[in-house]
Amino acid sequence: MATDANAAAGRGSVRRLAGSLHRRPRLRLALLLSAPLLWLAVLYLGSLAVLFASAFWTTNSFTSQVVRVWTTDNFHELFTTPVFREVVVRSVGVALAVTALCAVLAFPVAFYTARVARPRWRPLLVVAILTPLWASYLVKVYAWRLILSQGGLADWLLAPFGLSGPGFGLPATVLTLTYLWLPYMILPIHTALAQLPANLLDASADLGARAGRTFRSVVLPMVLPSVAAGSVFTFSLSLGDYITVQIVGGKTQLIGNLVYSDIELNLPMAAALGTVPVVVIVLYLLAIRRTGALNSL
Amino acid sequence: MHLGRTARIALRAGAALGFAVIYVPLLLVLVNSFSPDRSASWPPPGLTGHWWSVAVHNSGARQALWVSVKAGLGATAIALVLGTLIAFAVTRHRFFGRDTVSFVVVLPIALPGIVTGIALNSAFGTVLQPLGVGLGLFTVIVGHATFCIVVVFNNVAARLRRSAASYEEAAMDLGATSFRAFADVTFPLVRSALLAGGLLAFALSFDEIVVTTFTAGPGIETLPIWIFDNMTRPQQAPVVNVVAAVLVLLSVIPIYVAQRLSGDTATSSRV
Repeated sequence: MATDANAAAGRGSVRRLAGSLHRRPRLRLALLLSAPLLWLAVLYLGSLAVLFASAFWTTNSFTSQVVRVWTTDNFHELFTTPVFREVVVRSVGVALAVTALCAVLAFPVAFYTARVARPRWRPLLVVAILTPLWASYLVKVYAWRLILSQGGLADWLLAPFGLSGPGFGLPATVLTLTYLWLPYMILPIHTALAQLPANLLDASADLGARAGRTFRSVVLPMVLPSVAAGSVFTFSLSLGDYITVQIVGGKTQLIGNLVYSDIELNLPMAAALGTVPVVVIVLYLLAIRRTGALNSL
Repeated sequence: MHLGRTARIALRAGAALGFAVIYVPLLLVLVNSFSPDRSASWPPPGLTGHWWSVAVHNSGARQALWVSVKAGLGATAIALVLGTLIAFAVTRHRFFGRDTVSFVVVLPIALPGIVTGIALNSAFGTVLQPLGVGLGLFTVIVGHATFCIVVVFNNVAARLRRSAASYEEAAMDLGATSFRAFADVTFPLVRSALLAGGLLAFALSFDEIVVTTFTAGPGIETLPIWIFDNMTRPQQAPVVNVVAAVLVLLSVIPIYVAQRLSGDTATSSRV
């Protein structure tokens, strides 16, 4: 009996709590948001803010301890040292090259999976594009280390032509990064091509355009926003990468490597270097946003 | 578009080449794990299962796998809770700064891993060290959870946007408390989205190396870190080959699960 009464009272208080929460949407919202915002805004954004503030600090050259004195020396050094400029230009160049290569390689694959292959097979082909994304990043880079190593698959394939593989270095880095991010480019292009209304293509053909003309004047303009959307991934993922370069890049250095090598001894300089990819990516996103591509992400 | 015969053949060839480029490296990793040779020369001089039995007993790799699983489970649990909370807040409420919240959620994965990594590293150093808490598995989980929130959020928010709030209102009109409505109506609606998001979060954490490098304490080695450290040691190469092959084989599991879950959320965004 008593337990029944307790249970009833319990149910009543649950009901009261639910009711009072229901009447106060602001309170509900606050309860929903407080924990995640504490995590993201305080822990994450707070850490980022301190990091970027520390880009304006300096270090004691003997102890490598961070000295909290406001100075723009790091940025001055960043813009005036030829090595840094060279590395920044090289990193942006690599990111652009990877993006261009991905776009060129992705187009025939996406065109085939979206419009040429039998409709029955298309979902399966999409899965086949997605599958490598689940394979470990490091294993994929390692695979390219195996391919490009001396006497590896690349050497073996090119030997009949009297050539040898590119070995480790800048071309290997571009190649490997292209491989890593290719699915991110294929998928948006596939989606755009699959959604292309067939009657637009028919209309173009009725008006006398051949396949090439239809491609240039109808298909390409409608697919470009998706290429831009895919390029957000290929560009920003390439720009921040430093592991791939370490594994297949030989002595090549990109921004990430410079940041990495400065962390122990000169954190403020590492922070200043770290702002470079962030700024470039934000500028890239702003430029892309003008094409309206971010809505199709 | 009426493609000519040659155009069709060219596209087929291009696509075949594309798929070959995608899959040959993964197959190579599988074949290479059976190579008796320590070098990566092609073709392998023979095939042997010897290194597989050596790798099974490699304590370093096994420990690293275990650490990776623990970090992945911890990060996924946190991401599931926080991501779902934000998804409900953003889709079921209107408030000032709603777009900013969605933006901040994406930020940890949009910024280069090394930036997130050193930011968290120096924050942990300045805040936790004075409290006597050093870097360890705990800090790895915190770091991973930060960039895993977005995948749970994306999946759950997408589901909530498509399922109208009127179902919950109907349940409450029929006398259910909001808790009861959540348990009986809302939760079953988002369950598969939670599964998909959780799966993605775990995969993301399991695969992560950069943030891990900066948040792991001494002695805490996840599987990617173990592979990275041992990759360039010729002595360890055969074991690394086997571990890499295992990871390629394991990647089939999430694909299978993702296909079993209703396609919409699972196949959409890995990001």
